[in-house]
Amino acid sequence: MNLPVIKHKRRATFSHLVYNFFANITGLTIFNWEFIKAVFLPPYEIAEVKKHMDELGVKTFPIVSITGFIIGLVLALQSYPVLLRFGATDFLPNTVALSVIRELGPVITALIFAGRVSSGIGAELGSMRVTEQIDAMEVSAINPFRYLVVTRVIATTMILPVLTIYVIFLALIGGYVAVIITENMSFEYYKNAIIGAVEFGDLIPGVAKTFVFGYIAGIVGAFKGYTADGGTEGVGRASTTAVVFASLLILIFDMILVQITLMLWPTLG
Amino acid sequence: MADTRLIRIQNLSKRFETLKVLEDVSLDVRIGENLVVFGRSGTGKSVLLKCIIGLLKPDNGQIFIKDKNILEISLNELNDIRKNIGFLFQSSALYDSMSVRENLAFPLIRHFDFSQKELDEKINNTLELVSLSDAIDKMPSDLSGGMRKRIGLARSIITDPELMLYDEPTTGLDPITTKEISELILNLQKKLNMTSIVVTHDLICAEIIADRAIFLKDAKIVHEGKIEDLSKSDDPFLKNFFSNEIVKAS
Repeated sequence: MNLPVIKHKRRATFSHLVYNFFANITGLTIFNWEFIKAVFLPPYEIAEVKKHMDELGVKTFPIVSITGFIIGLVLALQSYPVLLRFGATDFLPNTVALSVIRELGPVITALIFAGRVSSGIGAELGSMRVTEQIDAMEVSAINPFRYLVVTRVIATTMILPVLTIYVIFLALIGGYVAVIITENMSFEYYKNAIIGAVEFGDLIPGVAKTFVFGYIAGIVGAFKGYTADGGTEGVGRASTTAVVFASLLILIFDMILVQITLMLWPTLG
Repeated sequence: MADTRLIRIQNLSKRFETLKVLEDVSLDVRIGENLVVFGRSGTGKSVLLKCIIGLLKPDNGQIFIKDKNILEISLNELNDIRKNIGFLFQSSALYDSMSVRENLAFPLIRHFDFSQKELDEKINNTLELVSLSDAIDKMPSDLSGGMRKRIGLARSIITDPELMLYDEPTTGLDPITTKEISELILNLQKKLNMTSIVVTHDLICAEIIADRAIFLKDAKIVHEGKIEDLSKSDDPFLKNFFSNEIVKAS
C-alpha cells in the first residue's frame, strides 16, 4: 500500500503552520480510509490485538488509577465550599457523580491515554519506519498496515471504555474520601445519593464517546509514526505531534459529541 | 531457446522532486547470476533495488520479473512475486520487538502451513547456515553488527527465495567480517541456487561475489562487465574507484 507522502514544512511561520495543519488533516483522512478498508479483511491478527490491549491498555491502569482517584477527590473538595455557600452540601455526591460520569472521567482518561499511548505508538512505528522494519515487512509480502496499524487501533478503541469505567469508579471513591474529610456523610447516604442522581442514560453517552476517543488516540499515533521521516529527529517529532494532535482532536470531538448527545437526549441537559 | 533472464528492466527513470536519481536505466539479470551494482553514494543504487521489489514506484520504464511487469499487476500478485524474493536491508531491519526466533518465524507463519516441529527445524537449519544457532533466543539489541547482518540474511533466505537483493550487505563491518559475510552470501547463493543483485561500494565484497558488475553514475549505467576487466580499465572513473589513489580525469 502506497500512502501519499505528507511533506511537512519545517519553518515555524504562520503559513507553514496552516499548511502543516491541512496536510495532517488530509493525510489522516486518507489513513482513516485505509483503516476502514483494511479492518474487515483477513488475516485478523487476534493475538496481536490482545497483545496490544495488554501493552497499551492494561499497563495504563496504574497512571489512570491515581488520576481517577485524584479527580474525584479534588472535584469534591473544590465543589464543597461553593455548595456550602448555598446550603446544598447534600448535593455533593450528585455533583461529583454527574461531572465525573458525563465529562471529566471520559475526557481526562482519554487525554491521559493519548499522552501515553499516542506518543508510544508514534515513537514505536516511527522508529520502525526509519529503521526500515516496515519496509522489511512489506517486501516479505506481509501487509504492515494491517499488522501494525489495524491491530493497535482496534486495541485502543476497545480498551479505553474499560479504562474509563474503572476511572469513574475510582473517582467516585476519591469523592467519598473528600466527603469524609469535609462532611460527616455515611457511605450508605453517599452511595444512595449517587444512585438516585445518576441514570443509566448518563453513563451510556459518557462511555460511548470513549470508543471514539480510543480510536482517535490509536489512529493519530499510528498515522504520525507510520508516516514518520527524517531519522531519529522524525521519530521524536512523530511522538510529540501525535500527543498534541490526538489531544486536540479528542477535545474537538468531545465538543461535537456532547452536542449530538444533547440533541438526541435533551433530558440530559 | 529458453529465456534465461529473471529480471528485465527497461528505460527505468526515477526522480525525487528536482533530483534525478535514475534515467533510462535498462538492465537484464540472468537466472543464477550474481550482479553487483557499484556507484558512489547517492547514485540511485538502493533506489534501483527498491524499484525492483516494488517499494518505490518509478516515474517511467518497465520492470519484468519472470515476464510479469510488476508495475502493472495488483498488490496481491506483487506479493506472490515478493514471496520468492529476499531482501537484505543495509540496516538489517530486524524487528526489534521480536527475538531472533520470532524474526525468522514471522514470514514462515504467514506464508506456509508448517507444523511447530517443521517450523523449529526450518529455523534451526537456517541459523546453522549463517553459523548463529546460539543466537536463537536473543533479541536484536543483544547482537553485534555482523550478527545482525547474518540474522537479517537468515530471515531473507528462510523462505527459499529465487532472487536475493542485498542493499550494502557489508557497510559498517570490519574487513574480516566483510569477507565472512561476502563468502557466506556466495556459499548460500551456490547452495540455494539463487540469483542475486548486490548493491555495494565495497570492493572486497564485490570481488568475492560478483559474476558481473554495473556502475551507476549521473543516474545512468556507465560501465558494465566482469570485475577483472573493469578493474584494469583505463577509464579515469573506474581507475579512481578501483585504486587507492585519486586519479585526475583528463
